[in-house]
Amino acid sequence: MSYQVDAKGYYGDFGGAYIPEMLYPNVEELRSRYIEIMQEDSFQEEFHELLREYVGRPTPLYYAKRFSEHYGTKVYLKREDLCHTGAHKVNNTVGQILMAQKLGKRRIIAETGAGQHGVATATVCALMGMECIVYMGEVDIERQSPNVARMKMLGAKVVPAKSGSRTLKDATNEAIRDWINNPVDTHYIIGSVVGPHPYPDMVARFQSVISEEIKYQLMEKENTEDPDYVIACVGGGSNAAGAYYHYLDNPKVGIIAVEAAGKGIDTGESAATSALGKPGIIHGSKTLLMQTGDGQITEPYSISAGLDYPGVGPMHANLFTSKRGEFISITDEAAMKAGLELAKLEGIIPAIETSHALAVFENRKFKKDDIVVVNLSGRGDKDLNTYIEYFNL
Amino acid sequence: MNRIQEKLKEDRKLLSIYFSAGFPNLDDTEQIIVDLEKSGVDFIEIGLPFSDPLADGPTIQESSTKALRNGMTTQKLFDQLTDIRPKVEIPLIIMGYFNPMLQYGVEDFCKECAETGIDGLIIPDLPVDVYHEEYQELFEKYGLINIFLITPQTSEERIRFIDSISNGFIYMVSSASVTGSTSGFGNETTDYFRRIHKMDLRNPQIVGFGIKDQETFKAATQFAKGAIIGSAFIKHLDSEGTSEISNFIEPIKL
Repeated sequence: MSYQVDAKGYYGDFGGAYIPEMLYPNVEELRSRYIEIMQEDSFQEEFHELLREYVGRPTPLYYAKRFSEHYGTKVYLKREDLCHTGAHKVNNTVGQILMAQKLGKRRIIAETGAGQHGVATATVCALMGMECIVYMGEVDIERQSPNVARMKMLGAKVVPAKSGSRTLKDATNEAIRDWINNPVDTHYIIGSVVGPHPYPDMVARFQSVISEEIKYQLMEKENTEDPDYVIACVGGGSNAAGAYYHYLDNPKVGIIAVEAAGKGIDTGESAATSALGKPGIIHGSKTLLMQTGDGQITEPYSISAGLDYPGVGPMHANLFTSKRGEFISITDEAAMKAGLELAKLEGIIPAIETSHALAVFENRKFKKDDIVVVNLSGRGDKDLNTYIEYFNL
Repeated sequence: MNRIQEKLKEDRKLLSIYFSAGFPNLDDTEQIIVDLEKSGVDFIEIGLPFSDPLADGPTIQESSTKALRNGMTTQKLFDQLTDIRPKVEIPLIIMGYFNPMLQYGVEDFCKECAETGIDGLIIPDLPVDVYHEEYQELFEKYGLINIFLITPQTSEERIRFIDSISNGFIYMVSSASVTGSTSGFGNETTDYFRRIHKMDLRNPQIVGFGIKDQETFKAATQFAKGAIIGSAFIKHLDSEGTSEISNFIEPIKL
């Protein structure tokens, strides 16, 4: 059994393309061509050159000595925070902008929550001289104004999503509606391993450069390609998908997925989809999602805007239900503490999303000689205000 | 024979009206249905509200949100419809997104539909192939007609496939858009209407999206069997309430 996507676009029972007919031609065009385009030599060359010269890859696999000593195990940090724009998100947007060009699209749309994916999309659109429209919930526009300014500087148009709860879920709805209204010249750059097939697989493939690098970097340092565990935080799940990708079907490597418990799983203010979700359909994909008994999608909560999504990518839904992955949820409080701890122990201020992954070590014990890779998905600059307010800095 | 099929045999242009169940008020459903039939409407599409209606523009999103806030649920809708037959004879279609039906249980949902006298379903985010492979048998077991959408971008091959598994009418989306967003039909749209007409499909076509008054109704039905009004009717309900429904319908049918 494989944990990769199957020929029909499913991971076990999850995935597929539950889309209105209006989206069918676009999604079908992408589905029928994405693999062939990605495998072209010219595409691979251009993609890897951009990752190297523009994004700054490979990112280091850094042995966190003091952090390791503190927790009595061997911890490596995959430094995605050192990517251009400050997080792994740009791996995907570089890939998708090249894909859009191959498909002859001229106009790019994207959704964003905290603004990281919006910035990563606006960045590659500026790089390629393409029109860029980013949908962002009205509420998020208010709380993430520096990222709104960054997108504007990069030449993108930021459109407020005013429907529903006016956050990421609604921004995604608006981006999908835009695509329905502009079916010919537009490519939709989804920011995570969510949405209708082939998006979860395509985004995972673009992010898979993370585990591709971990394999050879670990070989150099530890004389093995296989860590005992790979840990990543999961909102939609793109950094996790990239970090797990080349280990999915390797049972020697344990997979740990960390979700945001918010104020606690039972408080009604949480984003721990594996604990609180049920199978259903969100944004064109059958997956686990947080919903009412009546099938209305509910609003998640996390202190981290990047984990604040009511669903999870279908790959992760399958990792959870098949028990291939170990799912842990971390509260706001534990995450904030772990973020501060990494800053003090290693001189690295992580994004609050990533802090959730780091908080695992407090309660989940590892053996002394275990090799544990944590995907350090983003840097904490964007979260300074939250850190300041939380710790009265 | 299903009421939808009966109705489609009538030799005239047909008007279908969409409204969101639970809007403007939670318990307006029955009254709206009765008044729509009295006003001479031919089909009614009862919108099952959803939190995230991807294919809908602002008007239907808002009515849907309002309906949910009013307390509308799938079970509530079935309860409201328990005694709708034989109060009305008009074909009734539930239009809704797939997730609430999945959570209700697709078979239970179909069974409730059959028991309350629902004739058909329109589920924009249930793709044709998934329906065909997983649900067609179930829908047919309960005598429900599932209605599929086509758009100007739908390929001829796909339209033929949709026609082959359809049993009532084909919902022809007038242009590439979400609901409620176009004003009038240009040459390109008329060419598309003509192109589909020439395909001589088994199932008649009813045009939806962008129809709001007599003029657009006439234009839409030049080649098609009928047309659907949604957003414009919801705007009318929003401003005039439920007491003046015939004032909206009658001028369209003139």
